[in-house]
Amino acid sequence: MDKVIVAENLSLAYTDNETIINKINFSVNSGSFVFITGASGSGKSTLLKSLYGALKPQEGSLIVGGVEIKGVTKSKLNFLRRHVGIVFQDYKLIKEWTIEKNIMLPLIINGYEKTVTQNQVDSLLKHVRLKHQSGKYPLELSGGEQQRVAMARALSHNPILILADEPTGNLDDYSAGLIWNLLEGANTQLKTTVIVVTHNIPQTMTIDYKHFHIEYGSIHEVN
Amino acid sequence: MKSIKNHLSLVVALVSILFAIQVFIIVDRAINAYKENLANNYSVIVVAHSSITDAKFKTLDTLVKSVTELSPDNVIKRLNTKIDKRNIELLKVTLPKFYKVKLKHFPNKHEIRRLTKKLLNHRYISKVENFSYNHDSTFKLLLLFKDVITVFTISVFIVTILLILKELRIWQFTHNERMSIMGLFGAPIWLSSAVLFRLAIVDAIISSIVIFGIFSSIASSPWVLEQQENIGIHINIFDAFGDFFMLFGIAISVSVVLASLIVIGHKEEV
Repeated sequence: MDKVIVAENLSLAYTDNETIINKINFSVNSGSFVFITGASGSGKSTLLKSLYGALKPQEGSLIVGGVEIKGVTKSKLNFLRRHVGIVFQDYKLIKEWTIEKNIMLPLIINGYEKTVTQNQVDSLLKHVRLKHQSGKYPLELSGGEQQRVAMARALSHNPILILADEPTGNLDDYSAGLIWNLLEGANTQLKTTVIVVTHNIPQTMTIDYKHFHIEYGSIHEVN
Repeated sequence: MKSIKNHLSLVVALVSILFAIQVFIIVDRAINAYKENLANNYSVIVVAHSSITDAKFKTLDTLVKSVTELSPDNVIKRLNTKIDKRNIELLKVTLPKFYKVKLKHFPNKHEIRRLTKKLLNHRYISKVENFSYNHDSTFKLLLLFKDVITVFTISVFIVTILLILKELRIWQFTHNERMSIMGLFGAPIWLSSAVLFRLAIVDAIISSIVIFGIFSSIASSPWVLEQQENIGIHINIFDAFGDFFMLFGIAISVSVVLASLIVIGHKEEV
């Protein structure tokens, strides 16, 4: 099976003095569903950031979707990011754009045609139960609704990899349920690799998944 | 409302710059027109022992536009009651020649000194009257006026650039977030900064149109036309084609430089 992510002796740090992740080795197969758990401050989000190239390895090697993150050029990084869907803990929606346009963002960047874009956005808005709010701006929505928009945006361009950072952290059960359904759907139906950073793995998971736990800068697989 | 506010801050700054530049241009045109008037009225008187041709005068200095020989008849008329005709003819031959030399443009202090020296170097010329005292005071007044306007324009320019720099920080904050988010989804820099450049170009167009409106109405105002008539200067206050495109070019350049600074200063979030 193809590997989407391969990390070898990977160390991550924000400053030279303080290493957050220390020489870890792990890999993720294409089409798998992965949970990364750990206590607050353990380095889960830091690891996720390195997967979309926002943080470069201090040491070791990290290959995502065939792209070596260490020393990656801006154009290659952009190419990788165009094939990845990211769900952020703080949503990162563009405030001055409507939610419809926010969902369109990856499709615009990938140069999809207008009709394809519109159909895809309409379908996603229905899936996240926000069709009636398409013309609203992010700040007019609740936190749960904003996270559903962020989820729809991450799925809009059928990425090869979805990275989600605490996607249901502060959400009500209804919104959280919708998010998990969408992630499971993307994984089972579209064979998209999904990596979720979270404190707790939901009890309702119906599919097979891999579980990595981060502690004291090291990572280990939980069986 | 927020969108209008976004545009207004840069539009006001650009309008101030364009206004100051156009005022400077108008003053410069007025001074040049006034200088032309002065040059038309100003002349140097040359006294020579013998006749000097027009062409010869022109070879002495490139500043010479035309030469008129002053007739000695008026002077002789006063004397002719006491002097017989033969002597008058003799006097006409022996009297020095007087020439009125007109210049191509109103000369500065150095040019007038150079011209006088060159004329006096000619063997026939014995005296040159350049009325330098009158000339100097008028010219100094003109230069003072131009200096005052230059200082005014530079001051407006500096103050406006400071305002724009302050605006730049606000823009940086506003646009950084959107550019970062777009970057996280793989948008190339030209795409993530497209909104910023579009905004900058729209603001440049708006401010150029505002300036066009202001100066077109000033140029056609009866009061302004009357003032021009009163001081005897006729200048083009606003050239709807040349001036407009020059100001539009300046507005586009300033706003595009501003947008480029934001793009260069953009740092991706970690």
